[in-house]
Amino acid sequence: MNILFYLAAGIAIITTLRMITGTNAVHSLLYLIVSLLSVSVIFFLSGAPFIAALEVIIYAGAIMVLFVFVIMMLNTGRDGVRKEHELLKASTWVGPGITSAILFGEMLYMLLTPSFHPMNRPGIPPAAVGALLFSRYILIVELAAFLLAAGIIGAYHLGRIEKRSHHRYLKKEEAAL
Amino acid sequence: MFSNLRSIWIVFLHMFHKRETVLYPEEKAHLPPRWRGRIVLTRDSEGEERCVGCYLCAAACPVDCISLQATEDEEGRRYPEFFRINFSRCIFCGFCEEACPTDAIQLIPDFEMGEYHRQNLVYEKEDLLISGQGKVQGYNFYKVAGIDAGVKRKGEGANENKPVDIKKLMP
Amino acid sequence: MIENLKYIILVLAIMLALVLIAAGLIWLERRMLALWQDRYGPNRVGPFGTFQVVADMIKIFFKEDWIPRFADKKVFVVAPAIVMITILMSFAIVPFSPSIGVVDLNIGLLFFLAMSSLGAYSVVLAGWASNNKYSLLGAMRGSAQMISYEVFMGLSLMGVVILTGSFNMRDIVLAQKDTWFVIPQFVGFIIFFIAGIAEAHRLPFDIPEAESELVAGYHSEYSGMKFGMFFVGEYLGITLISALITTLFFGGWLGFRLLPPIVWFLAKMFGFILVFILLRASLPRLRYDQLMSLGWKVLLPLSLLNILVTGAFVLYFNKH
Repeated sequence: MNILFYLAAGIAIITTLRMITGTNAVHSLLYLIVSLLSVSVIFFLSGAPFIAALEVIIYAGAIMVLFVFVIMMLNTGRDGVRKEHELLKASTWVGPGITSAILFGEMLYMLLTPSFHPMNRPGIPPAAVGALLFSRYILIVELAAFLLAAGIIGAYHLGRIEKRSHHRYLKKEEAAL
Repeated sequence: MFSNLRSIWIVFLHMFHKRETVLYPEEKAHLPPRWRGRIVLTRDSEGEERCVGCYLCAAACPVDCISLQATEDEEGRRYPEFFRINFSRCIFCGFCEEACPTDAIQLIPDFEMGEYHRQNLVYEKEDLLISGQGKVQGYNFYKVAGIDAGVKRKGEGANENKPVDIKKLMP
Repeated sequence: MIENLKYIILVLAIMLALVLIAAGLIWLERRMLALWQDRYGPNRVGPFGTFQVVADMIKIFFKEDWIPRFADKKVFVVAPAIVMITILMSFAIVPFSPSIGVVDLNIGLLFFLAMSSLGAYSVVLAGWASNNKYSLLGAMRGSAQMISYEVFMGLSLMGVVILTGSFNMRDIVLAQKDTWFVIPQFVGFIIFFIAGIAEAHRLPFDIPEAESELVAGYHSEYSGMKFGMFFVGEYLGITLISALITTLFFGGWLGFRLLPPIVWFLAKMFGFILVFILLRASLPRLRYDQLMSLGWKVLLPLSLLNILVTGAFVLYFNKH
């Protein structure tokens, strides 16, 4: 189990680094997807298969596809690669680097504290997650649902276009509909 | 929705229909007698070549696949010295057959002329010439023509008058 | 040790059998399409033309494996591998019979959904990496189609999950001992079937490839074995969806005592594969906007309603 964990963790770290340092946007996104997949493997190993599956379905499978989709449409090309190169200067990455180093240190401290054992816990079945979501965290679930509903309605409203047909027969047909 | 299901059902029922395919090498398709396939040179009712080397077929050919050279024998009968059709170019349009004044060149219902080498598709006169009369039976150009080429004397044809003696005054 | 070895051999045998079935489907589809169109199909090579597949395979293996100059090489190579990997991974959760199956995962169904959502990448990346207008159009359509049809593919399965109370595929099969889930979950079955066709991008939902308008869409630029992987991947997808329909709605390996369970499973699976082929033979391709409006305006509300009604019924009769 431990070997698998370290393997997945190593892949996650390496791919995330490649994602940050990569200059081709689509390649970076692919590295991010691999990183998400390895994180889901870690979830799986630490006894949360439900979260692991959701991570793949929602993050790697749905959200990242949309990202790739948008990046594909942007057609960055050589200019994009040049701009990304400029972003890799020390002045741009020092700030975020320091903050994430602090986070990393925190995580190391937690891991090295002997009383903290994230691994070897019993697996959490999906039903338990559901029960917890709809009892203790019901307010958060509802709030998230409201947010999503607002998003869907807004997207529908913005995306609606008045159909205009220049053909008189089609006009009649549309009026009938 | 219902029409979709109906069309699925109809397609399903086609399982029990007769198959339309003609399994070609075992079972040949019927070719009508006037089908435009391989080109042949026919002979007349006496077994002589019909072609008189008039070049009309070569002129009519839209892809220029016919080439020939006319010549004459000692009796004055015209015939092609060589006659060559490049079947890798031929489009089987049948214009040569229409153009031919002596019904020599004819298209016959045969299309099985596949070759491994393109050069083999160039047919020479000996490949083109058949020993029959093809679609037009009993026709001999020199029997109705006004010239003497060893087939008949001038004016000896069936519906032909004797040649006018230009030295006489009588009509 | 011996147990492990046996397991590895079983897994390899399942994989080999699946790839062989997928390859055989190429022949089966051509023959069946021909039958429904009053033709013969391939009938020359070997008995009933079965060796046609072998001949095609040999041909495709020896074809030049060409990568276009303008393509993004790495992504171009990765894309066809993703199809094969995700679909073969999805088969891991399918219980072929009580004894045959790769893993008995307690989140089986979710694993399948995860893999099928990753499968969308193959279309998107292949289309993007080809650097070709038609491929990109195919990729756009493919990604939109697959993302939106995944949504209610997952939702349509939740009725089955509610009735079983588990994501585990074996539990789902065993829960169908009395009645197959087609009867209580008929709406779910129809929605899953339609979404499955769209996920496998088969006709009538094959708009990402659409030979007649997009010149094969996302795999226009592929040749040789990379194209072969897309090709076999498509047939593996059909097999996968058929196997899942069998497991989720038609009682998996359950059947009368007459035949061994695996035969029941395969018989049902091949029945659905034939339905897939029949659909291809009879229905024309949908337009892109028709596909989207069918998905979001008809199937999504229906699947939500299905969950609601199923949940209400289960609560009312208090099955659990």
